[in-house]
Amino acid sequence: MPTDASAAERSGRLEVRKTYKLYVGGAFPRSESARSYEVTDAGGGFLANAAMASRKDARDAVVAARKAFAGWSGATAYNRGQVLYRVAEVLEGRRAQFVDEVSRGEGLTRDRAEQTVDAAVDRWVWYAGWADKVAQVLGSLNPVAGPYFDISAPEPTGVVAVLAPQRSSLMGLVSVVAPAIVTGNTVVVLASERRPLPAVTLGEVLATSDVPGGVVNVLTGRTAEVAPWLASHMDVNALDLSGAAVAEGVSWSALEAAAAENLKRVVRPAGTGGDAVEPDWWPTPGLERVRAFVETKTMWHPKGT
Amino acid sequence: MPKFQYAPAPESRAVVDLKPSYGLFVDGGFVDPQSGTSIKSTSPATEEVLAEVAEAGAEDVDRAVRAARRAYDRTWSRLSGAERGKYLFRIARLIQERSRELAVLESLDNGKPIKESRDVDVPQAAAWFFYYAGWADKLEHAGLGPNPRPLGVAGQVIPWNFPLLMLAWKIAPALACGNTVVLKPAETTPLSALLFAEICQQADLPPGVVNIVTGAGATGQALVEHPDVDKVAFTGSTAVGKQIARSLAGTRKRVTLELGGKGANIVYDDAPVDQAVEGIVNGIFFNQGHVCCAGSRLLVQENVAEDVVDRLKRRLATLRVGDPLDKNTDVGAINSAAQLARITELAQAGEDEGATRWSPACELPSTGYWFAPTVFTGVSNTHRIAREEVFGPVLSVLTFRTPDEAVAKANNTPYGLSAGVWSDKGSRILWTADRLRAGVVWANTFNRFDPTSPFGGYKESGFGREGGRHGLEAYCAH
Repeated sequence: MPTDASAAERSGRLEVRKTYKLYVGGAFPRSESARSYEVTDAGGGFLANAAMASRKDARDAVVAARKAFAGWSGATAYNRGQVLYRVAEVLEGRRAQFVDEVSRGEGLTRDRAEQTVDAAVDRWVWYAGWADKVAQVLGSLNPVAGPYFDISAPEPTGVVAVLAPQRSSLMGLVSVVAPAIVTGNTVVVLASERRPLPAVTLGEVLATSDVPGGVVNVLTGRTAEVAPWLASHMDVNALDLSGAAVAEGVSWSALEAAAAENLKRVVRPAGTGGDAVEPDWWPTPGLERVRAFVETKTMWHPKGT
Repeated sequence: MPKFQYAPAPESRAVVDLKPSYGLFVDGGFVDPQSGTSIKSTSPATEEVLAEVAEAGAEDVDRAVRAARRAYDRTWSRLSGAERGKYLFRIARLIQERSRELAVLESLDNGKPIKESRDVDVPQAAAWFFYYAGWADKLEHAGLGPNPRPLGVAGQVIPWNFPLLMLAWKIAPALACGNTVVLKPAETTPLSALLFAEICQQADLPPGVVNIVTGAGATGQALVEHPDVDKVAFTGSTAVGKQIARSLAGTRKRVTLELGGKGANIVYDDAPVDQAVEGIVNGIFFNQGHVCCAGSRLLVQENVAEDVVDRLKRRLATLRVGDPLDKNTDVGAINSAAQLARITELAQAGEDEGATRWSPACELPSTGYWFAPTVFTGVSNTHRIAREEVFGPVLSVLTFRTPDEAVAKANNTPYGLSAGVWSDKGSRILWTADRLRAGVVWANTFNRFDPTSPFGGYKESGFGREGGRHGLEAYCAH
């Protein structure tokens, strides 16, 4: 993303621009389709050419997420919590870059962009702390009427496909990705179509924060083109449709219908009736998004001598 | 080994007072259906017609949903949790008081052995109401936020394998959370739900809080797709579950689905063999194998496979198949001709695909729908009997060598409802249980249920949990 032109002139130095690519399986490939699309700032000015992911990229991302699932879900909750906290540390270190991207992409004042990035980092820390508490809060010891030890505990659902919010390109993104991965799910996230740059930068943060490759995979491109492939993919276990709100040419009901083919767990977009709206991401969330992507496993064992 | 002879010990039918025909239970009373059509409920053990029940059409379903909405708006949602709970306690007590009548009726209509309806279905149904009754005034402690609210009208569709128990699983938590319900029992087993309607009357439950609409698939579809239903709860096949999920896509209705399964029952070489054999039998021959969480795939470690299968066959030779009302009966009748045809077809496929079929010598009654307990050995994961839900008394035996292989085979299915693990080594049990992608894992036991214990599937076995604190989530907005 070109920084302020006048700053470049003042320094008399030609800046080194970043190429925004996909983040899949811990690597940063271009789209296999070799397509890209122009990302502009809120005023229509050129920011970058982002990779335009294809069906093949989506499938590659699902393969990477599946491959990462056993390791990430099998890690101790303490370890996942530490890794996620490490992500917050690295996010904080990239604060200036995120402020730049968020303020230009979302058309926010610098102050507001700073507040947004700070809130996003804090949101990530909030979720990181849940890693080793979710099982205690959502699990139970069940007093069955018989000589049995009976316990219920949450486990991650599997591979979660996420349509990231279209408007809130960092705060919204963090608010949908963190609750999915904190319990051990792996994610394929389709970034905001018009504001994808913070998502790619988040990928760079994840790549340098001890998050195993494939745990989060970031796709950029046309939501209407890629989302149906994720919704109908038979190796995806859950689908978060939050980003279907205000996405061009996207019917969330068609995506939900496609998800029924293998009974994906579906988080519908906010709103009433057929309408989908992007919610305010600022209030402290509850556990709804964590709960949406866990399965409760109940185990019985007899007691006796 | 000598086989003991048993004298017939039939439970008396006199306790059940069946009417020749039943209407729909709507708004607190029995009404004739506007559809004007009816279906016959028969005893699968004798093919005798037990009663005619109404077949609710779309207009009847609409009438029931409107009654449920009125009851929700005017009565039930305004009642305190404590008062709702007291109604549920009353219902629990009435089920206990009328338990023998319910058990006999259930065995008549469903074909299950009286010892199971008497000792499992009915007492568990009462226990479910008793358990959720106590939650009604404690919902703020359920971990669903400070003020969990009911969803509104719940449309509930239940299967024929545990008619009264599935009704209890659905209605008890729904009412405890402040919802009203319209419930459709299965086409072949509507009678205990209609007796439950009488129990609601005896409990003075406000009219419209519980409505029962009998009918077949079209009735269920009309209920699920009714625009004024806020919540859909379905127990049944994965195929129908997917249809429901599709038809509700794009709506704001909440859904929980409890669907099919192909449960793996893993027996390690250090398992207590005799207990394991009992568990295998209970896992697949309980309720004629008409159990979504049945242990229909036995995965036995190769070095003990021969011994386990030999003992299993000896044990199966002692099972008594026959009159569901006989107190000594272990395996009753297959619920319907259609289900018998399905089981027969899949068992034939097992033979055709090269597995070895075995059944104990047993005499089956000449009328009614019957299928002898059947074991297939030499089954591989690709066989249809290892992949498809038979929903009958048919066990597929596969073998494994290592724990990793056992887990891989157990998880090699789109289903994920139940699994069993048999071993005397605690760490091995826990290691295995952690890796099984199934909602319920029974270790050194099988087919245990309790109202405090959450039950439900992973993957294509559906979503949502029934039972325990988790079961409240399905009926609360939070």
